[in-house]
Amino acid sequence: MDSTLENAGAVRSRGAEFALGLRDTLPLMMGSIAFGVIFGTLATGAGLSVWQTMAMSLFVFSGSAQFIAILLLGMNSSVWVVWFATLVLNLRHLLYAATLVDEVRHLSQAWRFPLAAFLTDETFAVMERRYRMQGGGPNAHWYYIASCIGMYVNWQFWTLIGITVGSEFPDIRNWGLQFAMVVSFIGIVMPLLETRPYWAATVVAGIVSVVANPLPYKLGLMLGALAGIAVGLALDLKQRGLQPAAETRS
Amino acid sequence: MNIPVMILGMALINLAIRWPVYLFANHFRFPPLIERALAFVPVAVLTAIIVPTVLYPDDKTLDISWHNPSLLAAVLAAVVGRVTKNLFATIGIGMAVYLLLRWWLPL
Repeated sequence: MDSTLENAGAVRSRGAEFALGLRDTLPLMMGSIAFGVIFGTLATGAGLSVWQTMAMSLFVFSGSAQFIAILLLGMNSSVWVVWFATLVLNLRHLLYAATLVDEVRHLSQAWRFPLAAFLTDETFAVMERRYRMQGGGPNAHWYYIASCIGMYVNWQFWTLIGITVGSEFPDIRNWGLQFAMVVSFIGIVMPLLETRPYWAATVVAGIVSVVANPLPYKLGLMLGALAGIAVGLALDLKQRGLQPAAETRS
Repeated sequence: MNIPVMILGMALINLAIRWPVYLFANHFRFPPLIERALAFVPVAVLTAIIVPTVLYPDDKTLDISWHNPSLLAAVLAAVVGRVTKNLFATIGIGMAVYLLLRWWLPL
C-alpha cells in the first residue's frame, strides 16, 4: 500500500516532507540516469569541454533542451536556432507553473524562485500528484524542494559520470532505464482519467503527439498537449453547460 | 559558436519560462476558463511525452507491433495503473515486464 495515502491529511514535519518528496521522486531519478550519462558522453563527444558540459547541466537543467542543443551544434546551427528550440521545447513548463501556482502563492519569493527554476517534467508530475492526493499542508514546499534537489543533484551526478566514464558504457541507452519515466507518468495519468473530458484529452494528446512526432524541436509534444487540453476543455464546458449544477472537478 | 553565450542564453530562456508565473503570483489570478483548461495539463502534457516515447522506440520509426517491448509494457502498466491506482505498483510491474521483455524474452 502506498503510505502517502495512509498519511493523507496529517501535518508532517519539514524533515518528513523532505524525505517523502525524495522518496516519491526516486523512480524518476532512476529514469533520468541514462539521459544524464548519454548527455555527458554526447556533449563532450560533440566538442564541448568538461566545464561547458557541466555548466549546461548546472545552469540550463533541462534534459530535452540540452540534447537539442548538442544535436544542433553538430549541425552547425546558429545560436539563435538553439535558443528558439529551447523556447519552443520548454514552453510546456509555463503550463506546469500555471497549474501549480495556487500551491506556492503563499510562499516567499526566496522559496518560489528555486521551486520555479527547478520545475522539470518529473518534479511537475510528482507535485501534481502530491497536491491532488494530499493537498498542500504547511510544509508541502519541503516535499517540493526535495523533489527539485533530488532531480538536480541526480542530473549533475550522472552528467559527470557521462563526461568521465560514459564512453565505457556505450549501450546504456539500451539498458531500458529511461522506461522508469514512462511507467511513472503512466501511473500518474491513469488515476486521473475519471471523466470523459479527461479521457478525450489523453487520447487526443496521444494521437496528435504521435502523428506530429516527426516535426522538429519536439513541436509534436506541444501540439499534442495543446490539442488534448483544448478537447478536454471543450467537452468539459459542454458537459457543464448541460448540467450547470453539476459538481466540477478541481 | 560561442558556447558560454549559448549556455547563458538557454539558462535565461528557461528561467524566463519557468519563473514569471510564480514571481508575479500575488498580482494576478487566471480567469476561470484558463483555470478549467489547466486542469487538463497533467493528462495532456504527460501523455504527449509518454506516447511518442513508447511508439517511437528509436525516436525515428513508428513501431506499433507486438515486437515493441515498450508498447506491451506500457499497455500493461496503464491497465495496472487504472485498476490499482497505485503508482508504485504501476512502476514496479511496468518496469519488471519491460526489462523482462527486453532482456530475457526478445520478441
